[in-house]
Amino acid sequence: MTRMKDSVESAVDSDAIAVERTLSGDRDAYRVLVERHSANLFRLAYRMTGNRHDAEEVVQEAFLRGYQKLGQFASRSNFGTWVYRIAANYAIDRVRQKRREDARKEKPMRDDSGEQELDPVNFVRDEKPLPERLTLNAELRRKMEQALDTLTAAERTAFVMRHWEGCAIEEIAGVLKSNSGATKNTVFRAVQKLRRALEPFVTKGMEARAMGQQG
Amino acid sequence: MKHPNENELIAYREGEPANGEEITRHLADCVNCRKELERIDAVLAALDALPVEDPGADYGQRVWQQIAPQLGEKWTGWRDSLLGIRGVAGWFAPRRWAAIGAVAVLVVAAFVAGRMTKHAVPGSDTTDAARVRERVLVVAVGEHLGRSEMVLVELSNAEPKDGKQQVVNIGAEQRRAEDLLQENRLYRQTALQEGDAALASTLDELERVLLDVANGPKEVSPVQLETLRKRIEARGILFKVRVVSKELRERQKSTVKPPAQNASEKKEGKKA
Repeated sequence: MTRMKDSVESAVDSDAIAVERTLSGDRDAYRVLVERHSANLFRLAYRMTGNRHDAEEVVQEAFLRGYQKLGQFASRSNFGTWVYRIAANYAIDRVRQKRREDARKEKPMRDDSGEQELDPVNFVRDEKPLPERLTLNAELRRKMEQALDTLTAAERTAFVMRHWEGCAIEEIAGVLKSNSGATKNTVFRAVQKLRRALEPFVTKGMEARAMGQQG
Repeated sequence: MKHPNENELIAYREGEPANGEEITRHLADCVNCRKELERIDAVLAALDALPVEDPGADYGQRVWQQIAPQLGEKWTGWRDSLLGIRGVAGWFAPRRWAAIGAVAVLVVAAFVAGRMTKHAVPGSDTTDAARVRERVLVVAVGEHLGRSEMVLVELSNAEPKDGKQQVVNIGAEQRRAEDLLQENRLYRQTALQEGDAALASTLDELERVLLDVANGPKEVSPVQLETLRKRIEARGILFKVRVVSKELRERQKSTVKPPAQNASEKKEGKKA
């Protein structure tokens, strides 16, 4: 644990020096920051936008904006967190914009026609909920992506940042420009919606597995 | 305690409960609430299995390549590109002058050597000049790689003097890495201009390691030093530098020939 903490502190110190160098005119120092934080930003952006193309655009835009605003960045804070927040802000705008475009095209958000084709046995959870034990077939994956698409941009951001990225409520509230109480409620709403959309398939799997064990 | 509602159970699972201990005690006794939590858990666990595409190990480098041309300071031409000059401030940096000096020596050496070759062999074509330029580059880069290797080896072997030492000062290695960084950019760009993609690629990788070292803290803890060492090892840069250095030495042997012998050989060749 101490080693991990030291390693994180080392990266933060190193980031601060790279920021200073970039500000003093050494543009290539920014390269260190880009190379160090790109993968983290991609993971967040991919989960928020749901596709690689948009995620890559979010990452590039976040670093470009970060470069332009670097003068406003207080070097005592953490560059990784700062640029992460820029990416989250841009991703939420991007998701909202896409929703508006989709709405104009009147693309159906839900598709229940394929439910009969789902084989619940494939999504059965084991006694312990280890994700790798789930056989994630293409159909279930599609259902999950659809369920995530039914969330509002704020709900998706809140869910991604809280559940997958493990961000603090205050950090999410900063991105959503909201307060902690409202942000918690946004997380709850997101989980409730996902539960309503996905529980029938997941519990069918659990029941099927239970029946299989009895037989 | 009354049965917790769905929001309380979600908050409990997320580790944000106002009354966590109370819920834990309740769950121990209440089968229905345990099952309710399991159902929430099942959905979230299923979502955990939703994969994120792997952008690839070189993703950060690709992002940099894509955004670098769009950043405020743009390259202003081949001379600036070769010299690595960006902005007026850059001209006055002592290290920049050292780098300019290094490239000036390289350019003058190539020019003089080219002229000499032309005089020695009347009527020779541009291949001689190209060969001389290559020879100069080979020698200069060979020396540069040797110095880089030394810094990397020293960093790899650096360690606290005793178990009690809290920090290790790598300031000297860092300053040398900064100097090497300036040179490295010049050689990489020259290698690219000469069409030596393999050499340019190795120099590019070396540049990233040198950047890492130059941009790191001057005093590092043993753990930070170990992290840095692992980063150097992970890139396998020492091995690559050694391989390229060896190749350059071979190339040097094959390109370095006395001009007179070279000239007579050509004449013999023409006669034949």
